[in-house]
Amino acid sequence: MKRNLICIICPRGCAMSVEGEGDNLTVVGNACPKGKQYAIDECTHPTRTVTSIVRVANRVDTMVSVKTAAPIPKENIFDVMARIRATEVQAPIEAGTVVLSDIYGTEVIATKTIK
Amino acid sequence: MRTHDIVIVGGGPAGMAAAVAAYDAGVTDVVILDREDGVGGILRQCIHNGFGLHKLGRELTGPEYADVYRKEVEKRGIKVYCETTVTAVSQERVVTARNREGILKIQAGAVVLAMGCRERSRGALNISGTRPAGVYSAGTAQKLINCEGYMVGKRVVILGSGDIGLIMARRMSFEGAKVEAVCEIMPYSGGLTRNIVQCLEDYDIPLYLSTTVAEIHGKKRVEGVTIAEVDENRRVKEETKRYIPCDTLLLSCGLIPENELTRSAGIPIDPITSGALVDENRQTATPGIFACGNVLQVHDLVDYVSDEAEIAGIGAADFVKNGAVTGDTVQTKAGNGVRYVLPQCVHTDKGNDVALFMRVTQPFPKVRFTVRSGDTVLATAQRLKAAPGEMEKIVVKQDKLALAKEPITVSLEVL
Repeated sequence: MKRNLICIICPRGCAMSVEGEGDNLTVVGNACPKGKQYAIDECTHPTRTVTSIVRVANRVDTMVSVKTAAPIPKENIFDVMARIRATEVQAPIEAGTVVLSDIYGTEVIATKTIK
Repeated sequence: MRTHDIVIVGGGPAGMAAAVAAYDAGVTDVVILDREDGVGGILRQCIHNGFGLHKLGRELTGPEYADVYRKEVEKRGIKVYCETTVTAVSQERVVTARNREGILKIQAGAVVLAMGCRERSRGALNISGTRPAGVYSAGTAQKLINCEGYMVGKRVVILGSGDIGLIMARRMSFEGAKVEAVCEIMPYSGGLTRNIVQCLEDYDIPLYLSTTVAEIHGKKRVEGVTIAEVDENRRVKEETKRYIPCDTLLLSCGLIPENELTRSAGIPIDPITSGALVDENRQTATPGIFACGNVLQVHDLVDYVSDEAEIAGIGAADFVKNGAVTGDTVQTKAGNGVRYVLPQCVHTDKGNDVALFMRVTQPFPKVRFTVRSGDTVLATAQRLKAAPGEMEKIVVKQDKLALAKEPITVSLEVL
């Protein structure tokens, strides 16, 4: 099986192709090792970092931006989004604070400081 | 009138990086003026990740990238005046601003312009139809959703495939909206390839190229749009018109450097970049006034904004310490396949390598760029592909630059 994909790791956007089955995958077209890893992951278990916002309950019209601390399986994005949307936090909150834990092996953390 | 060695107009990524670089170059009396209630500029609403890979070697979200620089600014004790709007900059480097305390006049040793850019509006696009609610620029929608938690619509069409439009297509999908289509009037996308992959293809959002929004429908609220293919002159092909019901139209149709202050100061502007004409230190035609970031040229990546701002910051510090740079200069020019080259003028006798930045006129396969002065080749560079959405950088070595007696032209040939 041959699959063509474009690397999303950096803005260079290498056009890569992956051939092979199971653990025996060959990647061509990548300019760096990160691209090779991305191509293999994308064909075996694609992941994405999810970024969103969480309402700050004790501030008017204020949201704190959040992200998954590590990429999560792509098929779970909308489940994670639903859990993020159901969450509220209290200010003050520091960037890096854990907002949700136990999210597919990682956690959701704040990316902004709200004083 | 108070005085400061360096006044920086705008506390976004460009302003902060310029301030830090100027301070580190030995000029410590630096102030930043910003109209918002905190520094960070547009990064405050860019909650997605992908920032900093090039500059900081790690992948951050916009607010995190801004925070890295905010901490550097604070660490140096650089004074930031927030909620302070600059209303004028003069040729003599007098900066006028207003805030809650009143009018502020500062005599600056050097000024760095870092005001960023604005989005092209519906009015500038000439889209016909009614004037209902629900038409937003993509960046306005981004601010409403990401900073204020106000969801702008449920069923969305996006006009323009610039990066903000692509990012917003994904963002709206995450928040439960249905993005019906992204329409791009050009035959290619203006956004980064990786954003087409991770924002559209991941969520099965169709991208229609050579397609525009011909008409907006709805009285109080958008009820739908008519989209249509365009011919090679970007004229609507009547027979291709079709109606898409939607409640929201987002416009992501280009960014325009916000140069009102620059123009009022009488500083000449490049008609292609819509930013000031600058030399390799990012000094404008007015000695002691520098420009960097999206107010100078619209960038694809904040990482390159920071790089450019450091050049301007160091240039401003050098101006304060040593006065204006003098010596031989040559102009730069865009040749075949190249839309513009920045800086527009370069000193040739300073013993420094100079990086030239440029955009191509259209997508190309494998190309070779050649930098020439008359018959002398100063530099060449090959690329596997080139696209207008991706800025190119070519460094001219100092020994080659010294040979440049005539205007420097950058052109490309397809290999």
